[in-house]
Amino acid sequence: MCDSCGCNITPGNQHLPQRGEAVAVLQGLLAENDHQALHNREHFDRHGVLAINLMSSPGAGKTALLEATIARLKDRYRIAVIEGDLETENDAERIRAQGVPAIQITTGSACHLDAHMLHHALHKLDLENIDLLFIENVGNLVCPAAFDLGQRANVTLLSTTEGDDKPAKYPLIFRAADLVLLSKIDLLAVLDDFDPAKAEQHLRNLASSAPMLSLSARSGEGMEAWFEWLAQQKCSHQAVNRRSKL
Amino acid sequence: MHELSICQGLLRQLLPIAAKHPGRLIQVVLRIGPLSGVEAALLQAAFPIAAKGSVAAEAELVIEHCPLRVRCPLCDAESEASANDLRCGDCGNQQTRLTSGDELLLLSVQFSEESNHV
Repeated sequence: MCDSCGCNITPGNQHLPQRGEAVAVLQGLLAENDHQALHNREHFDRHGVLAINLMSSPGAGKTALLEATIARLKDRYRIAVIEGDLETENDAERIRAQGVPAIQITTGSACHLDAHMLHHALHKLDLENIDLLFIENVGNLVCPAAFDLGQRANVTLLSTTEGDDKPAKYPLIFRAADLVLLSKIDLLAVLDDFDPAKAEQHLRNLASSAPMLSLSARSGEGMEAWFEWLAQQKCSHQAVNRRSKL
Repeated sequence: MHELSICQGLLRQLLPIAAKHPGRLIQVVLRIGPLSGVEAALLQAAFPIAAKGSVAAEAELVIEHCPLRVRCPLCDAESEASANDLRCGDCGNQQTRLTSGDELLLLSVQFSEESNHV
């Protein structure tokens, strides 16, 4: 007998629960996903894996950022990437060409990764031999923000080709960011309608205190500050993990 | 655009609750805030499609909306805000704390008098 499937209701007692009743539930609607995300997070912590979720619109430069990041940091950290796209293995192949493992999740028509998809992909990775796991979410400024994956930090990219009012138009995904990266700043010279100060103002109006870093994966400008941020995240994650094991 | 999958998750949440109660599920009440990432109108449209043939097939979906409100740690005022402007309505401080507006909750369900179980 349990409390969940109805096997505890018998002809003898089925009249007992109140009839015509309102039953208070008070559960989050994403409880299923959040439960799985919690499990993923425990998985990462147990193996000392720092998981970073990258979100942006399609074409903001997530994969290019990862390529440049891996090229620079692969001797320092053991890196792996989980790629989310509706179709193709293209991004995973670009990452593998950098010499690190990449798992491609093709979501079909789903517009975001969820904690269950991520968990499934984790089984294909040797977490024991990973320090830093990047999750490249489906390019979309709407849905990925709503689904916790178990990551330690969210990084949202805003490319200079998109318009500086994106944080005002898509507040959720920018509010969820622990770090905002202004990407493709090498193009600022030819884009006279993108004002980084305005982009930051829109971000601050969301009550976000997340740092905003400007960089270009192509020219290398500003990349050091991003590497520095990653190193700090890695360091504080290790500290939290050590304390929890005491 | 993920309202259908939210509905499917909701139905899975309703299963164990419905199993414990003999009546028919006639109403499902949600509370949704403007910063929840879910569009109430789309959820309302997706629910009957997802609920077809389920325990909630005959249930009415009621969505309670909640206001977006912030509290300012500087002047301690609580004010109404909008999704892309969460500054304090009193002093304009940007670093406010959300007190209401990101809810995405299954509040309660209602069962009918008559028994569904034989």
